[in-house]
Amino acid sequence: MLQLDHLTLTRGAFRLTGNWTADPGQRVVLMGPSGAGKSSLLAAIAGFLPLTAGAVRWNGHDLGPMLPGERPLTILFQEQNLFPHLTVAQNIGLGLRPDLRLGKGELARVDQALERVGLSGLGPRRASQLSGGQASRAALARALLRARPLLLLDEPFAALGPALRAEMLALVREVADEVAALVLLVTHDPKDAIGLGGQTVFVADGVAMAPVSTAALFANPPDALQSYLGPK
Amino acid sequence: MTLARSLAVLLLAAVLVPLAAVAWRGSGLAFGPSDWAAVRFTILQAVVSAALATGLAIPVARAIARRSFPGRGLLITLLGAPFLLPAVVAVLGLLAVFGRSGIVNQTLQASGLPPVSIFGMQGVILVHVFLNLPLAIRMILHGWLAIPQERVRLAQSLGFRPADIARHLERPMLREVLPGVALIIAVLCLTSFAAALMLGGGPAATTVELAIYQAVRFDFDLGRAAALALVQVVVTGVAAILVLTVAQPSGLGLGLGQEVRLPGPPGWRRVVDIGAIGLAVGFLAVPMLAVVLRGLPGVPTLPVEVLAAAGRSVAVAIASAGLATAVALTLALGAVRGNPMVEIAATLPLATSGLVLGTGLFLLVQPLVTPMTVALPVTVLVNTLLSVPLLYRILVPEARALAADYGRLADSLALAGWARLRWLVLPRLARPLGFGAGIAAALAMGDLGVITLFAGDGQATLPLLIQRLAGAYRLEGALAASVLLVLLSFALYWVCEAGGRRAAA
Repeated sequence: MLQLDHLTLTRGAFRLTGNWTADPGQRVVLMGPSGAGKSSLLAAIAGFLPLTAGAVRWNGHDLGPMLPGERPLTILFQEQNLFPHLTVAQNIGLGLRPDLRLGKGELARVDQALERVGLSGLGPRRASQLSGGQASRAALARALLRARPLLLLDEPFAALGPALRAEMLALVREVADEVAALVLLVTHDPKDAIGLGGQTVFVADGVAMAPVSTAALFANPPDALQSYLGPK
Repeated sequence: MTLARSLAVLLLAAVLVPLAAVAWRGSGLAFGPSDWAAVRFTILQAVVSAALATGLAIPVARAIARRSFPGRGLLITLLGAPFLLPAVVAVLGLLAVFGRSGIVNQTLQASGLPPVSIFGMQGVILVHVFLNLPLAIRMILHGWLAIPQERVRLAQSLGFRPADIARHLERPMLREVLPGVALIIAVLCLTSFAAALMLGGGPAATTVELAIYQAVRFDFDLGRAAALALVQVVVTGVAAILVLTVAQPSGLGLGLGQEVRLPGPPGWRRVVDIGAIGLAVGFLAVPMLAVVLRGLPGVPTLPVEVLAAAGRSVAVAIASAGLATAVALTLALGAVRGNPMVEIAATLPLATSGLVLGTGLFLLVQPLVTPMTVALPVTVLVNTLLSVPLLYRILVPEARALAADYGRLADSLALAGWARLRWLVLPRLARPLGFGAGIAAALAMGDLGVITLFAGDGQATLPLLIQRLAGAYRLEGALAASVLLVLLSFALYWVCEAGGRRAAA
């Protein structure tokens, strides 16, 4: 279980608080106006932003003292999810061993992951030669191999067209199901929230509200969400 | 303590301990009139050299900026080469042209005019202008090419005449760029040693660096050498602080991409531009051609002692380039994490010079061993220390960009230590690393500085041997060895730079 225990982030005039929990395997969308702090919240959970107060816990363990790489999570950024100078297979292999000393078994797992996301045969190619959609698939393949119980997605598909985005969301659902991961997805687009299903955290006015069922939320949106979404 | 921090401490110690030895031995010593003359001459020649090189560079840079001609790109590239040219070779080239039996004096003689002498102050300044004019041209050209295209277009649409362009576009740019250019060249000339050693000397043309050398080698007066070194540190330190506070123009990495160029006016201005480029190319190319033409025939029969010296120089160059690159990379990666001590450690060597550090090390090792026996290790150490600031400045912006682009991704994948170096840092920074290592190798290869304090007969590096040959009036032998030195210097640079480019591709 992910617990934000009276978490507070401050930077200059920016301030964000959150105090809620989310269960393993749950799919949670973070939505809200830009600048509200969705990405900052993800960065804090991933260990890139120090907390001003409170704690982030996973199954009761405080993540505070852990380095980003030690935390039980995989994060996909808005861009730069692959090292362009390494091959696709190496990029994915980093998810198994950062020193890339991969044995036969591990290489086979990389190939399986490539196949799983529809990139069979592209392993030897440089990551810089991939299209945007292929790069997203490769990053998801690495998430699959890492199999961490938390999957954080910071608008990684923002640059893709609508059809590709829908495909990627479907792939996220499959990957998350396979490793039984709790998904936290930052997005601007209500369609993503509905497409992913599950719950939504609305982030606005300095507060990341507790997750509520996305379907129920959109059926009866509170005022702040309604003004974010615009008139019906 | 992190690796960068430990290394910064080590680097600080390597500079400060010799300086402390100099201060301890040199403070309180009375300064004679000849010592003050050396200080005055050092500053005077640096100011005159910088003013001349900068002033002469302006019309050349303007001509290159506003004219297009075949070989323009090649010319700009070649103007980067003298930065890596060993100073001894430049001196020999100028000797071959302006020396007693050179082309210039032969022409003067044939027309019944009195000969000119290359020795003394004018010779030292001539060498400095020769070595720094290309650097000045490149830095000022960079200023010209950096004039925003929108403003160039605006000037064209308003029908500006050349005088209007000069007033509204060029002079404001020059006011911004020239102080930095002149200062950088002045600092380079303050610590230049080879020119003074080979063409200067005597009461009227002795720099502080040369006076240090003479105090150590001829008078065995280490106290006086230390006192002189102390003064040199103050002078270079002040100049280095000035350079770091004045905005620095960039000339090392220069692109050619400017779509909209200033219009090249026709008429007499065209003649002036052609003349400026022609004269500059002639002034820079003729001495080098003289070295090659007169030196090449002697290359196949170079004596064994020259080859042995070349071997020592290559070893020194590779060792100091490797060390300097490793140190500068570690410091640059540490600087990204915000470590003020790293910045200080990487900048401090700028306040010193080869002979200052050499004097300090001489004082330190002399009670323990015969200085001659450690000549080469000391040369490696000093060349490493002196290259670190330059390499650090090349690598820091690259390291910052790397951290901004891929730092979080690497952290999230627990890519740390050797794996991070192997899979992220080295491949992403291969290009600047190769470029920096190449510069460090070429500079160390051609350096004639600290080695002069320490070397006996069996430790001479190639530049030192060339200086000795020239001093013994064996000019042909010196020129042949110079051809070898230039070949090796640029080969080392090319191997490193091309290696970096290949690794990055």
